[in-house]
Amino acid sequence: MPSHGKLLTLVNARLIDPATGLDAFGGLLIEDGVIADLGAHIMEGSVAGAESLDCGGRTVAPGLIDMMVFGGEPGHEHRETLATASRAAAAGGVTTICCMPDTDPVIDDVALVDFILRRARDTALVHVHPMAAMTRELKGEEMAEIGLLQDAGAVAFTNGKSSVANARLMRNVLSYAKDYGALIVHHLEDASLAQEGVMNEGEVATRLGLRGVPAAAETMMLERDIRLVELTGGRYHAGQISCRASLDVIRAAKSRGLPVTCSVSVNHLTLNENDIGPYRTFFKMKPPLRAEDDRQAMVEGVASGDIDVIVSAHDPRGAEGKRRPFAEAADGAAGLETMLGAALRLYHNGEVTLQRLLEAMSTTPARLLGLDSGRMAKGAPADLTLIDLEMPWRVELEQLCSKSKNTPFEGARFEGRALVTFVAGRPVYHYG
Amino acid sequence: MSIAEEAPTAPFPHRHLLGIEGLSRSEIVTLLDLSEESAKLGRQVNKKSDDLRGRTLINLFFEASTRTQSSFELAGKRLGADVMNMSIPTSSIQKGETLIDTAVTLNAMRPDLLVVRHRAAGAVELLAQKVDCCVINAGDGSHEHPTQALLDALTIRRHKNRIEGLIVAICGDIQHSRVARSNILLLNTLGARVRVIAPSTLLGAGIERLGVEVYNSMTDGLADADIVMMLRLQRERMVSSLIPSQREYFHFYGLDYDKLACAKPDALIMHPGPMNRGVEIDSNVADDSRSVIREQVEMGVAVRMAVLQALARHLPNR
Repeated sequence: MPSHGKLLTLVNARLIDPATGLDAFGGLLIEDGVIADLGAHIMEGSVAGAESLDCGGRTVAPGLIDMMVFGGEPGHEHRETLATASRAAAAGGVTTICCMPDTDPVIDDVALVDFILRRARDTALVHVHPMAAMTRELKGEEMAEIGLLQDAGAVAFTNGKSSVANARLMRNVLSYAKDYGALIVHHLEDASLAQEGVMNEGEVATRLGLRGVPAAAETMMLERDIRLVELTGGRYHAGQISCRASLDVIRAAKSRGLPVTCSVSVNHLTLNENDIGPYRTFFKMKPPLRAEDDRQAMVEGVASGDIDVIVSAHDPRGAEGKRRPFAEAADGAAGLETMLGAALRLYHNGEVTLQRLLEAMSTTPARLLGLDSGRMAKGAPADLTLIDLEMPWRVELEQLCSKSKNTPFEGARFEGRALVTFVAGRPVYHYG
Repeated sequence: MSIAEEAPTAPFPHRHLLGIEGLSRSEIVTLLDLSEESAKLGRQVNKKSDDLRGRTLINLFFEASTRTQSSFELAGKRLGADVMNMSIPTSSIQKGETLIDTAVTLNAMRPDLLVVRHRAAGAVELLAQKVDCCVINAGDGSHEHPTQALLDALTIRRHKNRIEGLIVAICGDIQHSRVARSNILLLNTLGARVRVIAPSTLLGAGIERLGVEVYNSMTDGLADADIVMMLRLQRERMVSSLIPSQREYFHFYGLDYDKLACAKPDALIMHPGPMNRGVEIDSNVADDSRSVIREQVEMGVAVRMAVLQALARHLPNR
C-alpha cells in the first residue's frame, strides 16, 4: 500500500544496486511506494516533511525476489498459506515470491491464477506472482493454456516438481511459449532413472542403505532440454541444478548463445549429502543434496554468473511429512527466512561478491520474470531490504514465521540478516 | 508432373493435375479463364454441356469428403461424363490391398479421369504413375489440394480483379494444411504477397523458405491484408498438444471483429470449409457481407469443370 503523499527517507546507508553496480553511501527518498530519489545528497533533514530512518551505515539493497516458493495455498493450508509464506518472506528480506503451481487444485487455469492474485492482494505482505502449470494438472500429458494464463498474470510456466518425460510435448511447450515470450522453468529429473532414489547416489547413500539418485538423472534431462531449446528457440530456465556436470552443460549452452538460464537453491550452495547424517529428514529434498565437489561447483557457478539465480526452494512440510523414516519422508525444506543468512556465508567466506549474491536474488529474477523491481533507481518500486551484513544470529525454530518449521538450518549460526523489509515503500518487517 | 506428348503450345499442357507446383503463371491463368466460362454455365437454367459425353470419371476417395467429392461429381455430370464414386476410407486397406493394386484394378475398368484423395502425401502421384488416364489430386495428406487453390484464386480475382500485389494472410494450421501449401504456391506464382499466421507449433519448420512472411500474431499479420484466409483447426491438434485448447486458440487466432479490424476495410474473408464456428472463426464474421465462403463453394464446381475439360483434351479421341 503506497503511503500517499507521505515521504520517507532512508539515510546514512550503504546503497547497493546490482542492476547498476552501485555501491555507495547515501540515502533514498521514497514517495508513494516508489523510489523518488537516491544518492549522497539525501541526508537526515534534507527533504522537508519526510520521515527519516537512520540506517547506521548498514546496507540497503533491492528486496530479494525468490523464484521458487511452494506456497501451500490452495489445498495445503495446514503447511503454509500465502499469508504465512509472505510473513516468512518479509522476515527474510524477500519482497517478491513466485509461488509454484503444485497446489490442490493445480494452478493450470486462469480462474486459479486470479484466485492466487486476489488472495495475495488480500492476505500477503509481499508481492506474490504465480507460476502456472505448463501441462494440465502437471501430468505432463497436455499443454496448459499458456497464452491465457500469461494474460491472467502468470509470470512463468513450470511443471512443478516433476519433469516432462515426453520430449515431443516439451518441444511443443517450448515452441508455443516462445510466441508469447513466456519463460519455461523446468524441474530436472529423469524419473525412470531416479526411480525410487531418496538421496544422492554414492558412498553416503550406500553406507546408509538408501536408494540413490544419480546426478546423471538431472544432467541428461538438462541435456535433452537444451537440444529442444536449440530446436525451438524457447526461453528456458533450469529450475534447480545441483551438480557439476549440469553446470558444465549450462556453460556450454550459454556459450552457444542459447536462451538458457538456471537456478540453484541456497541449500545446494551451503549443504551437502553428508549433512543428512543420521537420517535427518529435513535434509531430504529434490534434487537431493549432492557431494561436496558438486556443492563447490554450485558456488563457483554463482560466482562466475553461469548460475543466474539463487532460490530458497521454500517447501514447507509438517510433521506428517517429515517425522517418518528417511525413505518415506516428504521432500522439501523451508527456506524463505534463511535464504539471505545462508547465502551470506558465501560472501563472508570470500567466495562470492555481495553484488553478485544480491544480483542472483533480485536483479536477475526480476529480469527473467519481466518485473519492474530488483533494482534501485528513480521510479523503481520501493521494494527494499535493510541488511545488517555482520549481525550474528541463530536459527531458532520457534522464531520462524513459516507455518512449517522444516528447516535444515535449525540451530545454524548465520552472520547477517534483514533488519527491515519494505514492500512498495511500506515497512512490512522489523527485526526484533 | 508429366508433360503431354502432344502440342507443347497447348494452353494447358499437363496430362495430370497433381499439384500447383510446376504450373506456370500462364497455365494457372488459362485454368482460371476457363473456370469463368464454367461459372457462367453454372448460373444458367441449362447447366449441362456435352464436352465429356461418353467419358468415365471415377472419384476415388480414400479419405472421407463431402464437399470436394460432390463438387467433382457435379462438375463431371454437368460436362456429361459418367461419374462413379468410390469411397474406400479403409476397406481395401483392411483387406490388405496396396494402393498400387487398387490403381491397377481401377485402370482395368478404363476410366478417362480419376479424381483421387488420399491421406498420405505423395500417394496420388504414385497412383498416377500406374494408370493410363488423367489423374486429378483432390488432396494428398498435408501436401497439395490444387483445385482448392484454384477456386480460391478465382474467387479472389472475381472480387479484386487481380491477384498480383494483394496481401493474402493465411491463418491457422499451416503445418497440416494442403490447402495452405497449394495456396502459397499459386498465390506466389501470381505475384501476391503471402503471409502465414499461426502459433509456432502449427507453422512447420522452414516455412519462411516457401516465400511467405511469418507471423505469430493475428493483429500484426492481418495489418492491411486484402484477403483473410482461415483454415480449419482439427481437434486432434489439441490431443497432440500442439495447442492447449479451443478457447485459447479462438482467443488468439480465431477471426473475430477485433482482429479483422486490422485488415483492410474491404478485406475478403475466406474459408475452405467445413468451418468450426467459434474455433477458428467467429460465427458473425463467417456470415459477414465480406465473407465469400459460399461463393468459394460455387467456384469450386466451376474450377473442377475447367480442370476436367483441360485435362480431357489430352485423352485420345475415339
